[in-house]
Amino acid sequence: MSTTPPKPPGYQLPEEHYLNATYGIRSWLLTTDHKRIALLYLASVTFFFFIGGIFATMIRIHLLTPAGYLVTPETYNKLFTMHGVAMIFFFLIPSIPAVLGNFLIPLMIGAKDVAFPKLNLLSWYIYITGGCFVLYSFATGGLDTGWTFYTPLSSVYSNSAVTPAVIGIFINGFSSILTGLNFVVTIHTMRAPGMTWFRLPLFVWAQYSTSIIFILGTPVIAITLLLAGLERMFHLGFFNPALGGDPILFQHLFWFYSHPAVYIMILPAMGVISEIIPTFARKPIFGYTFIAASSIAIAVIGFFVWAHHMFLTGESTYAALAFSLLSYLVAIPSAVKVFNWTSTLYKGSISYDTPMLYALGFIGLFLIGGLTGLFLACLGLDIHIHDTYFVVAHFHYIMVGGAVMGYVGGLHFWWPKITGKLYPEFLARLAAVILFVGFNLTFFPQFILGYLGMPRRYHNYPPEFQVLNVMSTAGASILALGYLLPMIYLTWSMRYGKVAGRNPWPATGLEWTTASPPLTENFDVTPVVDWEPYDYKNRPDLGLQTPTAPTLAPAHGDD
Amino acid sequence: MQSQLPFYPDQASNFAPSVDSLMTFLILVSVFFSLAITAAIVIFFFKFHRKSKNEIGVPIHGDMRLEVLWIVVPAILSLAMFGWGAAVYVDFRHAPLDTLDIYVVGKQWMWKVQQPNGRREINELHVPVGRDVKLVLASEDVIHDFFVPAFRVKMDVVPGHYNTMWFRPTKAGHYEFFCSQYCGTNHAVMGGWVTVMEPSEYAAWLSGSTGGDANPVTTGEKLFAEKACSTCHLSNGTGRAPSLNGVYGGTVRLADGSTVTADEAYIRESILLSNAKIVAGYQPLMPSFQGQLTEEDIMSLTAYIKSLQSQPVPATGAGVIAPGKK
Repeated sequence: MSTTPPKPPGYQLPEEHYLNATYGIRSWLLTTDHKRIALLYLASVTFFFFIGGIFATMIRIHLLTPAGYLVTPETYNKLFTMHGVAMIFFFLIPSIPAVLGNFLIPLMIGAKDVAFPKLNLLSWYIYITGGCFVLYSFATGGLDTGWTFYTPLSSVYSNSAVTPAVIGIFINGFSSILTGLNFVVTIHTMRAPGMTWFRLPLFVWAQYSTSIIFILGTPVIAITLLLAGLERMFHLGFFNPALGGDPILFQHLFWFYSHPAVYIMILPAMGVISEIIPTFARKPIFGYTFIAASSIAIAVIGFFVWAHHMFLTGESTYAALAFSLLSYLVAIPSAVKVFNWTSTLYKGSISYDTPMLYALGFIGLFLIGGLTGLFLACLGLDIHIHDTYFVVAHFHYIMVGGAVMGYVGGLHFWWPKITGKLYPEFLARLAAVILFVGFNLTFFPQFILGYLGMPRRYHNYPPEFQVLNVMSTAGASILALGYLLPMIYLTWSMRYGKVAGRNPWPATGLEWTTASPPLTENFDVTPVVDWEPYDYKNRPDLGLQTPTAPTLAPAHGDD
Repeated sequence: MQSQLPFYPDQASNFAPSVDSLMTFLILVSVFFSLAITAAIVIFFFKFHRKSKNEIGVPIHGDMRLEVLWIVVPAILSLAMFGWGAAVYVDFRHAPLDTLDIYVVGKQWMWKVQQPNGRREINELHVPVGRDVKLVLASEDVIHDFFVPAFRVKMDVVPGHYNTMWFRPTKAGHYEFFCSQYCGTNHAVMGGWVTVMEPSEYAAWLSGSTGGDANPVTTGEKLFAEKACSTCHLSNGTGRAPSLNGVYGGTVRLADGSTVTADEAYIRESILLSNAKIVAGYQPLMPSFQGQLTEEDIMSLTAYIKSLQSQPVPATGAGVIAPGKK
């Protein structure tokens, strides 16, 4: 996969870049370079992904037989709780924003760094501190409340290490808040000359929307878990009815953040897909303004749908009607994105490079995840499928099929920029296909299990559900292979991969106009942007054939 | 609609056919869009595959008509799903008037059930076919959820709240029920079986009640005296507290001028948080019974108060507004 003339300055690494500018452990732990901080996050979220993955593997092995195969009920409950906590709070939420967002936002907008580089490093330390509390909880008694921490189970009845876990998640929240703040200020104030709002890559729009949720939503989860912790430690009656509290209040507060948190996970992945598709179809994205606006719409409407998790708690019928309607409303901007991505392929020049395989896989999986969301938003159906495996399958399609596929696809897409090296293309395509097949085999049977009535969080189950559970476990083993492969060949490629050059695909973003890996300061001179996003036609510098003489491109949305 | 589809559980209640029809509608819509999008991706992927290394795509920036189309069409379909789903849900949340009321208490990790005549069951529920059944749900500890897949119904069982759910069994048989809200260590074994019987069999089963199971009305009457409720709530309306005759199901005027319907939740709240709602014309004298009564005590008291529904309402000192006198 090498590129075409004009050759970028040499197929050799630049002599000095952010990776070799300084050496030693101090140069990493005290760095304020957004790119190095991104790599610190990359290492730490991979660690938590690995831990969460081990828990998931044990869950699937346990469910091979109806009576449960591997562990006691107590241990099983801890496994699914710790799987959820590690994956959601310490992998999915920070993954794309803190790794790819940190690395790319300044590069994409033509800035030297984020607005507050020291705050950026502080965010990572806060994340690590929160992570240590949670690991302490896992190691000393574990956690068995479910990742949702429903009261009064978590605040009164659980015998596991709830307190350190809620403290850890409370602390970790500040990392999200500061990262969101940093990104918003960076995007507002540090865009290069000519980089107008509607020339921003859609990835930046998605990160901007995500940052809004970080800032507005995270304080609510932080304070909610703190209240649950205070009730547990000091018997203050917030949620425990015996002390005059209300357990349903906890759910309102919890989901006020945790539903928007779903969009924290999926919006950045949608941003990644919006970069990959035009690059590998070599044409402008279809409906730029609609995709950008739909990110903002999702972030805003996403704050008004939380009580759809609570249709069967006894909430008022009128509240249920309103929240169901609003949940359908938030589905529309998601549908708009899918239609626009698909239309972008029309009359493209499509290649099947690895990132494109991930992007197309993402559309398929997100489609199923999104459509099954309509089932759960449907009041009459939710009576039956709420709290069953249907829900488990639905949110794994969104979070794993969507968010993780987007993250892994994005890692492949920007890997040449991050490391300056190419990964082995054949292995990478193979891994993408393995992941797609393994994922569907793991989670599709769970939709059927759910409709048949298998409740979630069960360490044993009626024997008639065994066939589907065995299918799911078989799929999970394929899925595990699909994740191990990239971990291995990406690491391998850092040392042995072919040198990538500035712009191997080639892509149109500013990040591709600088060296790979970039300099510590990102650009030799501040770039000036005089082109529209994804405008292959008017970019002779990319060295691609242009059908007609370059003309001044019409702006996006010339419709 | 019959349960011919292979992936549907038994259909054994009035809700099962409506939930399954709704499911079929949503599946059809989803399959249509999944196939359409997937077909488009596959066709474009091969048809517009890169022919030469340096080829670029045709610069198309968008199309306003298409954008409007794919905003409006999903919006209409969404409204249809919403409306249909809402109809089923509203039906489920509003029990009909004449129901067979069964009390269900969830606790870590078992279900205690009490039939109207006092017969108790553990992790079992017997109901007659063809009768509207209402479950009154209470929890002694954490949140549970009573879920019967064959009936397509579930409802959370929340400590400190009364929730109710109703259904009409349509087919005799044994159906498994589950706790579907995670409730701690043995969540997965907190289930049991619903037995749907012909009405005559159910009546026979009910009368076969063992002598040990006291009638909840009798138990409630005893508690009413033991807890000294009867010293203030005199039935003739001359006590320091309103008479409870005819209160259940009626409308009560409160001190702040508002009115409230006296259902299970109101009675429960008035016992536990006695000063939350004060009946017009009375002083907030009643002590709180929070922590002094078990869920089953409260249910017995409620059953007793319900049994007073048919008693004569005194002209003065009644807790309930006489019908037609607002």
